[in-house]
Amino acid sequence: MSDNSAAYEKSPIESYESTEKKSNVLSKSKVRRAKILGIIMLLLSAVVMFVLAPASQGIATFGLSFPDDKFQLDALAIPSTAALYVLAMVLAFLGGTQFLKGFQRKSTLILGISFVVFVISIMIWATAGQEFSLISMLVSTIARTTPIALGALSGILCERSGVVNIGIEGMLLGGAFTGVVMGSLLGGWVGLIAATITGGVLALLLAFLAINYRVDQIIIGVVINLLVLGLTSFLTSQILVGRPEWNDAPIFPAIKIPILGDIPIIGPMFFDQTVIVYAMFGLVALTTFLLFRTRWGLRTRSVGENPKAADSLGISVSKTRYLAVIYGGMVGGFAGAWFTLGTVGRFDEGMTGGAGFIGLAAMIFGGWNPIGALGAALIFGFSDSLSQKLALINTSIPTEFLAMTPYLVTIVVVAGLVGRARPPAADGQPFEKQ
Amino acid sequence: MSSQLDPQTREELVNPKDRSFTQRLATAADWRSAILIPFLAVFSALIIGLVIIILTGSSFAEAMNAYLALLQGSVGSLRAISETLTAATPLILAGLSVALAFRAGLFNIGGEGQALIGGMFAVWVGFSITGLPFFIHLPLAIVAGIVGGAIWGFIPGILKAKTGAHEVITTIMLNYIALRLVDFLLKTTMFQREGRNDPVSKNIEASAEYPTLLTGIDSAMRVHAGLFVALGAAFLIYWLLFRTTIGFEFRAVGANPSAARYAGISVTKVYILVMLIAGALAGTAGAGQVLGLLGRTTPGFTADLGFDGIAVALLGRSNPWGVVAAAILFGGLRAGGQQMQVSANVGIDLISVIQALIILFVAAPALISAIYRLKTPVASAQISKGWGA
Repeated sequence: MSDNSAAYEKSPIESYESTEKKSNVLSKSKVRRAKILGIIMLLLSAVVMFVLAPASQGIATFGLSFPDDKFQLDALAIPSTAALYVLAMVLAFLGGTQFLKGFQRKSTLILGISFVVFVISIMIWATAGQEFSLISMLVSTIARTTPIALGALSGILCERSGVVNIGIEGMLLGGAFTGVVMGSLLGGWVGLIAATITGGVLALLLAFLAINYRVDQIIIGVVINLLVLGLTSFLTSQILVGRPEWNDAPIFPAIKIPILGDIPIIGPMFFDQTVIVYAMFGLVALTTFLLFRTRWGLRTRSVGENPKAADSLGISVSKTRYLAVIYGGMVGGFAGAWFTLGTVGRFDEGMTGGAGFIGLAAMIFGGWNPIGALGAALIFGFSDSLSQKLALINTSIPTEFLAMTPYLVTIVVVAGLVGRARPPAADGQPFEKQ
Repeated sequence: MSSQLDPQTREELVNPKDRSFTQRLATAADWRSAILIPFLAVFSALIIGLVIIILTGSSFAEAMNAYLALLQGSVGSLRAISETLTAATPLILAGLSVALAFRAGLFNIGGEGQALIGGMFAVWVGFSITGLPFFIHLPLAIVAGIVGGAIWGFIPGILKAKTGAHEVITTIMLNYIALRLVDFLLKTTMFQREGRNDPVSKNIEASAEYPTLLTGIDSAMRVHAGLFVALGAAFLIYWLLFRTTIGFEFRAVGANPSAARYAGISVTKVYILVMLIAGALAGTAGAGQVLGLLGRTTPGFTADLGFDGIAVALLGRSNPWGVVAAAILFGGLRAGGQQMQVSANVGIDLISVIQALIILFVAAPALISAIYRLKTPVASAQISKGWGA
């Protein structure tokens, strides 16, 4: 990709590498970036110090155990005002040091820590004088992470092979729909398989048009999203409304893993969930292994980076892309089942509500890497779950802003302020065999 | 990605005025891509829609009945035509927004957010200022919509120009940010209607409303003066693109940014300006919905306008007049879809399916060529260029 205005002015990747080689010589843009990051942290500190701390009083209580847990942890009681001033000082110290000296290579990490401190401040401020069940928020974080992480995984599989997939949302929605219908008729496991197949079929459409007809891949993604949204809404109003028994699927129960499930905090979060959640962790691990440790993975990645070279070595570009895209689609369809079979057991029009696009964001934020994407999905799941739970307790905090965070973070990431995510080189470009 | 221009594009870039529209239609490939492919795309989508109706348990006669209702609801009476034009009005503007960006090689998926912000600006001017005559208040509210949309379009524009952040990602994210922002604003005292707990804004003053055009004949005719604004915008964009230097620069950057930069065109400036204008157009669309139809805003009041704009721009092949024609077609489908739902009991969501299929077939002309066994297949347009960094 040479046709980008920024490519000539400055290439962040190159400048980053070149400054690393020259060690202590910092480029102008790096100094400016360090200053900007410092100012951001100082602003966060100011918000905590002058807005949050004066406005809070009383003890913020965070519940760490469910009443029926085997080992009970005492609720965490934090005196809000004092804690907020301490946190503001921490932020001010980090921000001041960053602004004056800069943490250089560690500055992104420090920025991350600052955000964590800031979020903790917001939670303390919002809970001051009340009780907040931290543990139920953490458990729902993992649940909400699941479709986002799987959606991101779906995107990664497609894009690592060089096919842009912005139809993740449609794959989720399609999976959710067929999952609930087949689940209602033939049971949850059949529903899960049906959802997976649906995602695969939609991916087949993407692969067919992108590879055989070289249609613009972003347009195919938009079409898949619109088509599935229209079709599922139409079928819901035409068929499911008249046959409620087709829209009433069994929900997968949470399965508690013996011993591990009794560990405080970690137990309920990771070892007392539904099969779909366990499968998500399994798929992330499996896909990481497949992509980076097998011949298939190497070939898939090479096709996404340099299809011409791969082709000249005898790798079939289109076959490799077909496989990766269909695998990705099946993951996306499976993820869709979470919305119906994993939570409520019924389908509502447009119920995925943009989770596919958050998955896309997680994919980019995670640098097209399954583990990174899982981390990003956890952050997004956390902000989602936090905004939901904070809306329940009576606080003055506008939860809409928390819900915005994933999107804002993504813009910051693609703009290259916090590191730069590099997509596969041939992402979105059709390949023509010569 | 090839860095060379095909002869046709080069010809058009170098000498756009030499060939008139009719002359250009005369060449077979142009005729196919401008008229035949869109027609066959719409036709094929309607056929598949028919199959879907039948598969969901209707007889063939019932399905044909539904399509008859669709036809009647879109062009069957003066009132139907009024509804069609009412629905087409915002689609023209949203379509122009996407089309203009396409011409400069940008994919503006952010029409939705830009329309939302434009609408919020317009509704605020509409209800907060009182006592102005309508010939001042209405333009002021429209300008507010333009400014709101332009701000929301400027953000991805400057990010693209300065950091290379891909506009598809940033505009999708800005759509969701705008949605949440509207949710939030509608709960603040600044916007929320007094005495209401649900998120709904105050009503705009009568002096900020678009005048209706045909209420003299029948009070149910909703078509409003926003239609002229939309048509005016189409003319303006046509003039900008094909009759001005800046429009030439837009198209040059769209055809090949590297070559354009080499020729001394500031790609940075073009990206920012294009997204600014595209945002302004979408903002006008959102403002038009508020000032012409709704009179207030609610969460997500634009109802997927931005996505419909993509469909319109693709079907209209990014030509301003093509966009107008496509918008009227989609407006007709929307208006007819209402009638179809009421009198034939076929859900209006079918229209979304038909629309999606139309985009698909227009974007994949090779598919149409294969189905109908046309000779000389038309190559698919490559509009986006990966995530490119």
